[in-house]
Amino acid sequence: MSVFILRRVMESVFVILVMTFLVFFGVSVIGSPIDIFAAQECDQRCRAELAQRFGLDRPIWEQYILFLGNALRGELGNSFQHGLPALQVILHRAPATLELAFSAVFIAFAVGVPLGMWAGLRPSAWSSRAIMTLSTVGFSVPTFWIGLIFIMVFALWLGWLPAIGRGQTVSIFGLELSIFTLDGLSHLVLPATTLALFNIALLIRLTRAGVGEVLQSEYVRFARAKGLQPSRILLVHVLKNIMIPVVTVIGIEFGGTIAFAVVTETIFSWPGMGKLLIDAIEVLDRPLIVAYLILVVVLFVTINLIVDILYSVLDPRVRLGGRAR
Amino acid sequence: MSAAAGTSVDIEERPFRQFVRDFTRSPGAVVALVVLTGVLAAAALAPVLSPQNPYDLTQIDILDNLQKPGSESMSGMKFLLGSDGQGRDILSAILYGLRTSLIVGAASVFIALAIGVFVGLVSAYRGGWVDTVIMRIVDLQLSLPPILIALVLLVLLGGGVDKIILALVIVQWSFFARTVRGLALVENNREYMDAARGLRLGGLRVLFSHLLPNCLPTLIVIATVQVASAISLEATLSFLGLGLPPTEPSLGLLIANGFRYMMSGNYWVSVFPGIALLVTIMSINVLGDRLRDVLNPRMAR
Amino acid sequence: MKLFVGTVLLAALSFGSGAFAQTAPTTLTIGVRSETSSLDPHWTQFPQDKQVEDHIFERLVAMDPNSRPIPALATSWKPINDNTWEFQLRRDVKWHDGKPFTADDVVFTFDRLRAGIAGAPASPAFVLANGNKQIKKVDDHTVHIQTTGPFPTMPEELAFFSIVAAHRAQGVTPSVDFNNGRATIGTGPYRFAEFRPGERVVVERNPDYWGAKPEWDRVVFRPITQDATRLAALMNGDVDIIDYPPTPDLPRLRQQNSGYSVSEIASDRVIYIQFSYRDLEPFVKNLDGSPATVNPLRDVRVRKAMSLAINRDAIRDRIMGGASLPTGNIVPPGFFGYAEQLKPDPFSADEARKLLQQAGFEKGFKITLHGPNNRYINDQAIIEAIAQMWTRVGIQTEVNTMPRNIFFTDVIRGDPMTIPGFDVGKFSVWLSGWGTASGEAVYTVRGLLESFNPEAGSGNANWGRYTNARVDSLSRKARVTLDPAARLPLLVQATEIGLRDYALVPIHFQVNNWAFKATLNHRPRVNERTYAWDVTKR
Repeated sequence: MSVFILRRVMESVFVILVMTFLVFFGVSVIGSPIDIFAAQECDQRCRAELAQRFGLDRPIWEQYILFLGNALRGELGNSFQHGLPALQVILHRAPATLELAFSAVFIAFAVGVPLGMWAGLRPSAWSSRAIMTLSTVGFSVPTFWIGLIFIMVFALWLGWLPAIGRGQTVSIFGLELSIFTLDGLSHLVLPATTLALFNIALLIRLTRAGVGEVLQSEYVRFARAKGLQPSRILLVHVLKNIMIPVVTVIGIEFGGTIAFAVVTETIFSWPGMGKLLIDAIEVLDRPLIVAYLILVVVLFVTINLIVDILYSVLDPRVRLGGRAR
Repeated sequence: MSAAAGTSVDIEERPFRQFVRDFTRSPGAVVALVVLTGVLAAAALAPVLSPQNPYDLTQIDILDNLQKPGSESMSGMKFLLGSDGQGRDILSAILYGLRTSLIVGAASVFIALAIGVFVGLVSAYRGGWVDTVIMRIVDLQLSLPPILIALVLLVLLGGGVDKIILALVIVQWSFFARTVRGLALVENNREYMDAARGLRLGGLRVLFSHLLPNCLPTLIVIATVQVASAISLEATLSFLGLGLPPTEPSLGLLIANGFRYMMSGNYWVSVFPGIALLVTIMSINVLGDRLRDVLNPRMAR
Repeated sequence: MKLFVGTVLLAALSFGSGAFAQTAPTTLTIGVRSETSSLDPHWTQFPQDKQVEDHIFERLVAMDPNSRPIPALATSWKPINDNTWEFQLRRDVKWHDGKPFTADDVVFTFDRLRAGIAGAPASPAFVLANGNKQIKKVDDHTVHIQTTGPFPTMPEELAFFSIVAAHRAQGVTPSVDFNNGRATIGTGPYRFAEFRPGERVVVERNPDYWGAKPEWDRVVFRPITQDATRLAALMNGDVDIIDYPPTPDLPRLRQQNSGYSVSEIASDRVIYIQFSYRDLEPFVKNLDGSPATVNPLRDVRVRKAMSLAINRDAIRDRIMGGASLPTGNIVPPGFFGYAEQLKPDPFSADEARKLLQQAGFEKGFKITLHGPNNRYINDQAIIEAIAQMWTRVGIQTEVNTMPRNIFFTDVIRGDPMTIPGFDVGKFSVWLSGWGTASGEAVYTVRGLLESFNPEAGSGNANWGRYTNARVDSLSRKARVTLDPAARLPLLVQATEIGLRDYALVPIHFQVNNWAFKATLNHRPRVNERTYAWDVTKR
């Protein structure tokens, strides 16, 4: 067992190392930040000075080794734009993104699970068919397009909700959150719903499939035979049994939700990490781009590692993703 | 399905007819198939059907821009669905754009599928360190969100149809590889594989003549759905300003460019391509769903 | 537990609405296209940073809406000999913390810049290097600035950077301490209140301001990068005024009963086509697709044909929503050094074809027009339209647009310090833009038309490497001619020679637009900046 864990840890470290290499070189060939930052009147001498200040005049492998050395000490460099450590800038924006992503997941649960259960319980009713068609739309419609349509309809034509940005925030345990103010909630509704659409569709399907499966199972038939109330069967037995796969999948999808927040945040001017990345790419704030990508890599590799280790502890055969999706 | 018991013999005898019968049991799927066939035909016949070649700069004129649906161009051509900001006929642009979007989607999925199948089968068959290395790479890539990888890749590679296909292949192959490997591992333990091994058939031959056919139905389903998501991803990237050249717009680029005109009332520039995109993706998805129900017995219940 | 959450929620809600209830102070919310990255005035040269900083910090010399230098922290200035300028500083100016402003602050600012701002991606220190400016305090309200030679554009150059407080900015961490307010003490009409990167910057009225009383109690800058969403935010009431309204919406916004108003002024930014002058060009091909063995762009007749083929009025009316000023010039009208003889080329496809024929390209050739797709107003649409127009006279044009972060690196290349292999420019023809930020022509002629010369610091944006000895000598002479009356003809002549040679092909000056609620008034600015003092209640 410990040999397995040791091997997996070493593999993960190696993967992260390879990724730092790829990310660093990838970001370094995109373009020169000097061309973006230097004012148009900044002449060649001025540009050479800038290059020297950023260490861009050195060979790229030397820059990489320097970067790696700093990274080992936990320093991923300072953002060109803000002058703050890149990690700090990113973490400062994290609450906004997490708030958006969690709200999206919450909406997805609140809408997707009941609809999915309905469709699963009455598979042939027309309402169920309508729900399933709706879920196909949810899968099909591109996020950016629906986001823009939402702004047009709800913010402009109907004027119900603000079009952009994040509302009033309050500090809860040192985190700036906007979900606890009315203003904040009204700003959150449109972007969170936009982001939730895909997950709603996913949850409808998962839940429907799960309900269908559970209804066929022995113990539900047994419970029915025993004369238990249908609502009780539904809530206690069915819901309990489908929740495990549903939560698992949504957990796995959470990374994707955060990633797609890049698009949603851009459209709604939501000041989260995703928009930070897009803006950083636009002005070639290299330390910020590199830090963001490496943070994501480390995060996911670590999650994978933990999951693998847990699985190996729980099931020595290590399951191979046999569950049909 | 209650009729299953009676028809189980047919599955052996006439799998195709059975498949057709199962498939057509869902009217939605039939509609989707008809729509998609129409879309494919329209895209294939774009040069014949469209009143203008929207990619030929001598055929479009800036002085014809933002004309309402139904109005006429200076040269007397009818803009059935209006014209865009450059004076392109929207209908022609949609037909050509459809073609670009479908080519990008289908080509990227096909190439990714080919790579994924090969890598996945090898990984499952060889096992050991080959499997470990490949699966770590796959894990890593799957853990990174596709939109993020594609974004960075396109910034690196620059624009163009070939570049965007490459980027989409890179984000998709790992998904196929893992799926194929999972399927192959399950199949690997079946009797027919033991039999094949017993007959001392060569490694590659076992892989491709025995493992692959048994994985195929699932792969077809996944690939279908994946084409839809590739088209959607391409549209999103175009929206972010990366991807195709502006003079040869895909549907996504048409929508993105058109949105600038939405609020000023020139809805047709963005809405019609948007509908075309939605209809295409939806019909592919409905089709994929039905295929899954029919081909995958576990889900068919 | 439930009760607890409920209480928190309730408390939070009431807190939120409480803040809403205070409507008494007047607030101006500005929706801006680009996000502010830092409030350290010496950190970047981004206009989106400058326009916010200018509310808090001031310069020795400010610019009026037409980019002419006007007194700010300096009340007057004059050259006292060939290489010394004397600046009189304003008396009775107080920093936001009450300390008086003196010559020491100016000297400190020069020292801070010269010492280098650690980590700053683009400090304005190069302004000091230009002419090797040395500062000398004469008394508390007089400074002398010495240069190695005559330096006519001193006031314009001193309008490039803000003065920071010696007693506040000494020894602070650059950028960081300006973003958190510690060193953000200026002399300007507004005081620092809050900076949330990506969300908003808030400044508040400075009641002790030396100049006109600021109109607003609070000014909020909110970045909204997408054009459509920025307009949506205005129409939705989230913001009061926006910069860069989408041009397709201009006609509707201009209507009397729309509930909105639009302000407009021709900007200092010229949009132009630039050529590369090498023997062989990678993006010029024969009609059959084989690489061209000559560079047709070196023939002035070809360049002129390309200019004549462009229908500038169509671009204005069909793409820019009427908001552009077609031009044949590079310095905007009204600026010092404007060459009024230069008119925009009239559109004539026939004339263009004739010229191509004379040059021996009657069948045409193939070319790729490059350009950015997120830098200038409607840049991509303009490029597409020009491609149409060129293709129509026989120059088959392909289009390749890209985000500016990729475009500018590829077009500039040529810097000795870039990666090996990247030391030659990549493109053959491209669209770019140039703002005459100093408000006079020396700046523009030197940057765009003079030969590329790292030692002289000239030809900064002459990425195609155009060279013309006559332009060079005239421009160099203008740079050291103190007497405006003698300088003017030199600049005009240099511009005329360069543009009659079609060194580059100007398309138009952008017109700056702002859209705002009809209850407001806005005085537009040539240099694209949005200032709260330009906005008044109607």
